Amino acid sequence: MIGQLIDGPLWYFSLAVFCLGVLFRFFTILRAGLKPDLAIPRAGGAAGALRNLFTRFVPRRDVATRGRLTLVAGYLFHLGLFALLFFARPHVDFYAERITGFDWPALPYWAFIISAEIAFIGLLLLWLHRLLHPVTRLLSTADDHIGTGLVFLVMLTGCLALAQSFEPLRLLHLFLAELLLIYFPFSSLMHTFTFVFSRGYTGAIMGRKGVNA
Amino acid sequence: MEHDFAKGVEELGRQIDSRIASYFSSCVHCGLCAEACLFYTETGDPRYTPIYKLEPMRRLWKEQHTFWGKFAVKLGLSKPLTEQDFADWEELVYDSCTMCGRCSMVCPVGNDIAYMIRKEREGFSTAGYSPVGMQEATHRALTIGSPMGVTLKTLKAALAHVEKDTGLKIPMDQQGADYMTLFSSMEIVNFPEYIESVARIFDAAGVSWTISSEAFEATNSGIQIGSHEAAGELVSRVVNAAESLGVKFVISPECGHAYSAIRWEGPNLIGRPYKFEIIHILELLDQLQKDGRLQLSGHTDTPLTFHDPCQIVRRGGVVGPPRDLLGKVASGFVEMADHGTMNWCCGGGGGVSANERAEELRLKVFDRKRKQLEELGVKTMVTACANCRIVLEEGIEDREMDVEVIGLTELVAEYLTTKSAQ
Repeated sequence: MIGQLIDGPLWYFSLAVFCLGVLFRFFTILRAGLKPDLAIPRAGGAAGALRNLFTRFVPRRDVATRGRLTLVAGYLFHLGLFALLFFARPHVDFYAERITGFDWPALPYWAFIISAEIAFIGLLLLWLHRLLHPVTRLLSTADDHIGTGLVFLVMLTGCLALAQSFEPLRLLHLFLAELLLIYFPFSSLMHTFTFVFSRGYTGAIMGRKGVNA
Repeated sequence: MEHDFAKGVEELGRQIDSRIASYFSSCVHCGLCAEACLFYTETGDPRYTPIYKLEPMRRLWKEQHTFWGKFAVKLGLSKPLTEQDFADWEELVYDSCTMCGRCSMVCPVGNDIAYMIRKEREGFSTAGYSPVGMQEATHRALTIGSPMGVTLKTLKAALAHVEKDTGLKIPMDQQGADYMTLFSSMEIVNFPEYIESVARIFDAAGVSWTISSEAFEATNSGIQIGSHEAAGELVSRVVNAAESLGVKFVISPECGHAYSAIRWEGPNLIGRPYKFEIIHILELLDQLQKDGRLQLSGHTDTPLTFHDPCQIVRRGGVVGPPRDLLGKVASGFVEMADHGTMNWCCGGGGGVSANERAEELRLKVFDRKRKQLEELGVKTMVTACANCRIVLEEGIEDREMDVEVIGLTELVAEYLTTKSAQ
């Protein structure tokens, strides 16, 4: 009964909350409005926005040294999570069956294990840094910890479910993923999408000034 | 300016546009911006983390623009901003931020934190929570025409000295000139050699220029304190003078934020584009040199470096011209490890140097520049901002260093090929 609920209605409900919530957040950003820049630009804003969207993936030299731990852990976590989310065999099958209608090559089991280890190491390092470093400790809110905790639990149950092939674990993993989907649009996890806006806005204004931001 | 806490909060809310909403939505509190801020790196105080300085604005954004924030307000669980919050954050917003924008360059999600601080100051100044020194400077700018109290008489006295020393006639209120030149009060009072250099260079290059008796001040205290009304008024004076003289260009002087104010914020403050163009003095000198109108001969072999004024280079986009000019007149020019758009601020921009309360902190964070200079081992530093220059000189004096600071325009003028030599 609970399994059916998690596998069926709750999945569709959480997916709907996620999609509508994300769209609502986009709307709240755009609704705030932005006055046009009347200064005569040196170069095009669109090119600057596009450039900044990609160049920010590479850290600046000075900060790459001073903030090495955050950067390395950040890369490990995001790359590992990306691989797990889109290329773990059960996920590929799930998307094909429930959303896309087609599948794509999945990671072999050994690559899945490596991706999971990388993602876990990155996430735990980031979390520890958040808890222990004076700067991140001062900045962090309950939302930051709830988001991190939920992602951690989803990853943990996902790995256990795959390793054990145990149906209740799969259901627990799916249930936690559904909670995450519902929480996502109302949290800082939204940076997954809104970074396009923030990098774009800054890149455009700096591009107009002729600065490679 | 009228001060009122409720109006301050209202103003702060009005400043939250799509850019700021996207920035707060994207921030994951990673803290990397701290590593780019000299106020954090030189003190180790986490409160100086750039994004933390935006906490009052973030709380207001959360209340007004997010589901949980609105939900908490409805349930009466939200803790609204208080006057105490403004009092507590005033030092962070004004004393420990020069709006240099170095943090904006390193944020992984691309947040322009300097822009956010600029906007946050609008709310703080409306609420009356801004440093007295900056309030007084803004008042003088609006009433006398200069934040340092420089009047037209003071300027004329300085120009008389320049005319005597150079034998040149300084054009004033010349209708139809190509260029109208602005100066910062700091240049008129502390570095009149800049005015002399400009006069000599323009004479040699055959530039048609003038100074307006109606608007000669480039400094814009309104931008620094965060008052769009004051800033708009100061920009309007320049625009009106330039348009009534019918000039094609207005030259922004060696002053960082003055350039940012007139070049990038100005049209937005007055709500329309100008009928003339803004050009920075370094851009003009570089252009004149490339066109062959500015003839230079000789160069210095002294090892020297260039301190990039943040508002001209990182926030203004004038990156190449100073280097092109230095390449012509200084064979010993070497760059600091972090230079150009990633330079370290002098520590006194964004009104910090006008804020007496911030002096001790400003001198402490000068250590970043000291380390850069010691790493390089040069004894001469060139810059292109009168405010940077005075702040650097004070830091050098305080740290008992043996380093000379010179203005780039003066250095260029030193190697000018005179008409008699041509």
